[in-house]
Amino acid sequence: MFRVLRKKELSPGVFDYDVEAPRVAKKALPGQFIVLRVNEEGERIPLTIADFAPEAGFVKIIFQVVGASTAALAAVAEGESILDFVGPLGQPSRIGSDMGTVVFIGGGIGVAPVYPIARAVHEAGNKVISILGAKTKDILILEEEMRSVSDEVIVTTDDGSYGVKGFVTTALQQLVERGEKIHQVTAIGPGIMMKSVADATRPLGIKTIVSLNPIMVDGTGMCGGCRVQVGDETKFACVDGPEFDGHLVDFAGLMSRGRMYREQEAEAKDHVCNIGLGR
Amino acid sequence: MAASMKKHPMPEQDPAVRAHNFEEVALGYDEETAVAEAGRCLNCKVPQCRKGCPVQVNIPAFISKVKERDFDGAISIIKESNSLPAVCGRVCPQESQCEKHCVLGKKGEPVGIGRLERFAADWQMAKDEEITPMHFAPDAQKVAVIGAGPAGLTCAGALARKGYRVTIFEALHVAGGVLSYGIPEFRLPKDKVVRKEIANLEKMGVKIELDSVAGRLYTVDELMQEEGFDAVFVGTGAGLPRFMGIPGENLNGVYSANEFLTRCNLMKAYQFPKYATPIHVGKHVAVVGGGNVAMDAARTALRLGAEHVYIVYRRSMEEIPARAEEVHHAKEEGIDFRLLNNPVEVIGDEKGWVKALRCVRMALGEPDASGRRRPVPMEGSKFQLEVDTVIIAIGTGPNPIVASTTPGMDTNKRGNIIADEETGATTKEGVFAGGDIVTGAATVILAMGAGKKAAAAMDEYLKRKKEA
Repeated sequence: MFRVLRKKELSPGVFDYDVEAPRVAKKALPGQFIVLRVNEEGERIPLTIADFAPEAGFVKIIFQVVGASTAALAAVAEGESILDFVGPLGQPSRIGSDMGTVVFIGGGIGVAPVYPIARAVHEAGNKVISILGAKTKDILILEEEMRSVSDEVIVTTDDGSYGVKGFVTTALQQLVERGEKIHQVTAIGPGIMMKSVADATRPLGIKTIVSLNPIMVDGTGMCGGCRVQVGDETKFACVDGPEFDGHLVDFAGLMSRGRMYREQEAEAKDHVCNIGLGR
Repeated sequence: MAASMKKHPMPEQDPAVRAHNFEEVALGYDEETAVAEAGRCLNCKVPQCRKGCPVQVNIPAFISKVKERDFDGAISIIKESNSLPAVCGRVCPQESQCEKHCVLGKKGEPVGIGRLERFAADWQMAKDEEITPMHFAPDAQKVAVIGAGPAGLTCAGALARKGYRVTIFEALHVAGGVLSYGIPEFRLPKDKVVRKEIANLEKMGVKIELDSVAGRLYTVDELMQEEGFDAVFVGTGAGLPRFMGIPGENLNGVYSANEFLTRCNLMKAYQFPKYATPIHVGKHVAVVGGGNVAMDAARTALRLGAEHVYIVYRRSMEEIPARAEEVHHAKEEGIDFRLLNNPVEVIGDEKGWVKALRCVRMALGEPDASGRRRPVPMEGSKFQLEVDTVIIAIGTGPNPIVASTTPGMDTNKRGNIIADEETGATTKEGVFAGGDIVTGAATVILAMGAGKKAAAAMDEYLKRKKEA
């Protein structure tokens, strides 16, 4: 059992948990993910690690309530436990001291997995510019944390309620236009956002890394449910990723597979509402 | 004596009923039938059957005990060589092992050795056998076993019985490996058989750490240098599902058999939405492949509500690798075998879902490297099966997580760990391996055989290490 040491609601429906998992915390590296199962009836849910504290023995996860399983996770109170918490899984991010200027782009709760990677890249002595995108000001998360590990932070909101009005690509375009020499872009967020970023950087020849979070069961390579077309090859996000070259990822296929259980998800959500799990 | 030419039939659920439930298909012999079947054994002076058993169970001796109604005696003879008889009696391919060599099989049907093994094991399980916990010496050496599947469980049990402190590290949230996630309930009941066998190991003193992905949480080196294990056994199985590499394989509605079976068996998707893991079954399902896993997937799809399920296999019935009983059961349940057919493309609709499987008819040519006649496509023979789910069951490759994080433990070009056939010794000192991670996808009993041999070699190794 894995205890939720601290629980915060960052914005409506977005939760931040510090989960007591000393063995995982000790081995976690930026870019990796965990798989958790709330209770005996629960799904195995993959979540990219938002932070980890090897000394204090916890792993931070940040998630948004989207369906029955995330609703069940959100129903776990501080001090209560999660049944299974497995990790660290996947390949860690490649981090070096010679990366030059790296632009980190986080969309929605995608900012959460960006944070530990940006921190490591910053600590390694590279220049970090971060672009944080949100629909509106109220749901922007981790702005302060991102400022502490970035040389510059640009916030974009779809409705213009804060920062630059527009999408993350608007801010990226501005960086390019002002002559910023960008060596790498790392973008994490909804599929459509990562696709737009990759489409924007492709003609500019800027190396672009994306982190994928497709549907998976075991997270160790066994099921193949997380497969994604990358260039000419089919890759498993769990063991080959989760990070891939954004210019090679088949985003249309990825997003289509992400919709595979839409009908069942609606049914499960009704079920949870009926038995009162969702609260 | 015409009656003795045939095995006593196995009582089974009616095909029309069982095709819609997950209860076990084969119900097992009762005492009278078991004794009568045991009576068919000729007790040959030079028994051939034992030669066919990968763990060399003393078959004639246990059958004699059944004949004498000494069922306790029968099971203790089996357990001298086989720690999971209730599993093996159900899932071993007896027709290509012990029963293949039975003299009775030359003119009629061989003795139902598997059925008798199952009978003896179930008879004991029904009694709730008392397990005495092992007493470990204070200075007992520690062994880490990676993977709680058939190879790992067998190795762990054998070493614990010799007095070693054994910890199994299992990546999933349930122990058992393929016994839990792969083989369906209707062929191998989980609570009645698998959990019980595992609980018995735990009662004996084997520790099982679930949710522990070796290679990530601890590397093999860390287990030996930091966690104090004197030897390690790697039994991580055949983890990665193979796909065919044909167009359309990433469409929605295409599963690996591993994923389909894991969703159903491990995550209990058949009880959705009570259990939160969903599964898509569809009305018309094509399962590609002819092994046991293909049969399991096809029969599972049927039980989940599919109206029509095809097995699409590129060779003929003669070459089909599944156990004879599974093919027989699948046919009885109405699975539609499309033999000498090979898929060439999965066709999708405008929403990205499977709508058909395009296949080509095959003919058998000259024998290939496996000794089986090579299937060759017949020109102009393409056709489509209208299906909304495709399950690929053409095998699995080795899981790379442990091998890639263990320097000094060599793998071959397919990614399988290189290990001595007799001892399981790898190229890294103190590290042994066995089961599918070494041989490629094979059977439960072969993995158990490898776990058993490795345990014996590890015992020798640990003794030498202690003396040194």
